Amino acid sequence: MIAEKYADRISKTFAKYPDKRSAVMPLLYMVQQEYGWVTPEGLVEVAELTDLDPTQVKSIAGFYTMYSEKPKGKYWLQVCTDLACALRGADEFHKQLKTHLQVEEGGTTDDGLFTVEHVMCLAACDKAPMLQCNFHFHENLDMEKMKVLLEQWRNEVNAAVGKPVES
Amino acid sequence: MPNIIYREKDVPNIHQFDVYTQNGGYDGLKKALGMTPVEVINEVKASNLRGRGGAGFPTGTKWSFIPQSEPVKYVVVNADESETGTFKDRQILENNPHQLIEGALICAYAIQAKAVYIYLRGEFWDLAHTLDQHIEDAVKGNLCGDNINGSGFSCMVYTHLGAGAYICGEESALLESLEGKLGQPRVRPPFPAQKGGGLYGEPTVVNNVETLTNVPWILVNGATAYKAINGNEQSPGTKIFCLSGHVNKPGNYELPMGVTFRELIYEHGGGITNGKKIKAILPSGGSGPILNATDEVLDCKLTYEDVVKVGSILGSASVIVMDEDTDITWVAAKITKFFKHESCGKCTQCREGTYWLDKVLDRIMKGEGKPTDIDLIMNIAKNMQGVTLCALGDFAANPIIWTIKNFPDDFKAHIVTKAPEVAAKPAAKPAPAPRGKAAAPAQGGD
Repeated sequence: MIAEKYADRISKTFAKYPDKRSAVMPLLYMVQQEYGWVTPEGLVEVAELTDLDPTQVKSIAGFYTMYSEKPKGKYWLQVCTDLACALRGADEFHKQLKTHLQVEEGGTTDDGLFTVEHVMCLAACDKAPMLQCNFHFHENLDMEKMKVLLEQWRNEVNAAVGKPVES
Repeated sequence: MPNIIYREKDVPNIHQFDVYTQNGGYDGLKKALGMTPVEVINEVKASNLRGRGGAGFPTGTKWSFIPQSEPVKYVVVNADESETGTFKDRQILENNPHQLIEGALICAYAIQAKAVYIYLRGEFWDLAHTLDQHIEDAVKGNLCGDNINGSGFSCMVYTHLGAGAYICGEESALLESLEGKLGQPRVRPPFPAQKGGGLYGEPTVVNNVETLTNVPWILVNGATAYKAINGNEQSPGTKIFCLSGHVNKPGNYELPMGVTFRELIYEHGGGITNGKKIKAILPSGGSGPILNATDEVLDCKLTYEDVVKVGSILGSASVIVMDEDTDITWVAAKITKFFKHESCGKCTQCREGTYWLDKVLDRIMKGEGKPTDIDLIMNIAKNMQGVTLCALGDFAANPIIWTIKNFPDDFKAHIVTKAPEVAAKPAAKPAPAPRGKAAAPAQGGD
């Protein structure tokens, strides 16, 4: 339960806002960090903490791209294929990445490590092709550099979704 | 030209609090704290600083809308930078964050706000966590939080992360999102500066990152000096121009307002990649009309007023450049997909219109475009523009309608003019015999 595990972070979060409801988004990130995605149980936890209905919390989770409503790989790769990146080869890079990992759009590799999807502009247009992995930026990419990164990640033992805030 | 915003070009490590304060940092805030709030607003008004998020609304005027008598007021910094081709605020947050913090606190003092919320797009995850550290450093340095610099004025700065939604860059949708609701625009009036229209219903100034980062310089050097930077009363100061696409040196360029497209693209941007010729320019990311890169356009000055004269808008100055080999219909289809994805769904016209524009363009890009598609597209656009709660509905049809107007050959290349072969139809069944009457003769052949 995030209420116990993240008690300190949660109380610091609530202290930022005059209204409890504002904490919905930060709490959803904590749920995702804890369970790997926004689980139905996680939705209920957030609802209880913010005095909202689970359906209200669900509607927030569904509205935004950075909350995953289903399980995904340890490494969530979000490739920008928006216009400015596409003018500099992002569509081809995105296709090559999926081919290399043998996944469909939005799919996860069989070993459960990598999920690949395309997203809209990530404000890195001068460094295309690029992607976010678990919300961290990796820029000026090509498949050579990508293969090196994939290998590094395969070798990592722990992967957290996002970085925990250092209290 | 002074580097007002990207001071890292003159002072290495200016993102560090000590380096910042050793190089004039927070002098603007200290000066403001010795003035009355109204004097601060008047100085910013006199500078003619205009909002840098895209709308170009006069900043001082916006601040002056806040009712002085209301006890609770907020400053919200719009760091939701999500327009295609825009990456200027990110560089400010990375390399000169204290100048943003200082600018936001000057605004807070001017309107007597108790708190500043910096709403960052969720993808600026690492940036936001680093920004928290910078804010802590400013608090420790007594230039943020309680009793700032012993002035008696207290104001805390908080960060809040979005989670991936372009529409949360629209100021009222941003406020909804910050309040923990769906990021959907509000009915206006009341406007954010009015009671009932802002954050938690309190009068609020919402300003872009780049806008507020200009403010410390204006306080220290004065409104007259700000206008003298480029001598342009209507569009004074410097602007960050984001340059991307088919240029040799994509990146952010801080230049006086009023440089031309030609200067930006060729002198600073290194010209077109692979020795190609330039074909088209999008001056404002995905939102403004796409321009033919004629000499008239290339020699157009980059100010809010001048870009309108050549048929587009300066907006956020996210300049995307396309070369001679680019299919502009493909460009329009790309941007249309963006708007369809980012439509929040609240207004029927935008929700349905972006969906249908996307479907029509998919069909056209697959090679099934019809001559009637032009009328169809114009009809969808007419039903979307000027009738929605926010500008997304206005902008979403721009890519394709301006492709049709400015690049008709690119569009016509996708239209099939030869009628497809019509398969032979089976004979029509005879109509059932009416009661009391003989059966009607069989229609059609065998």
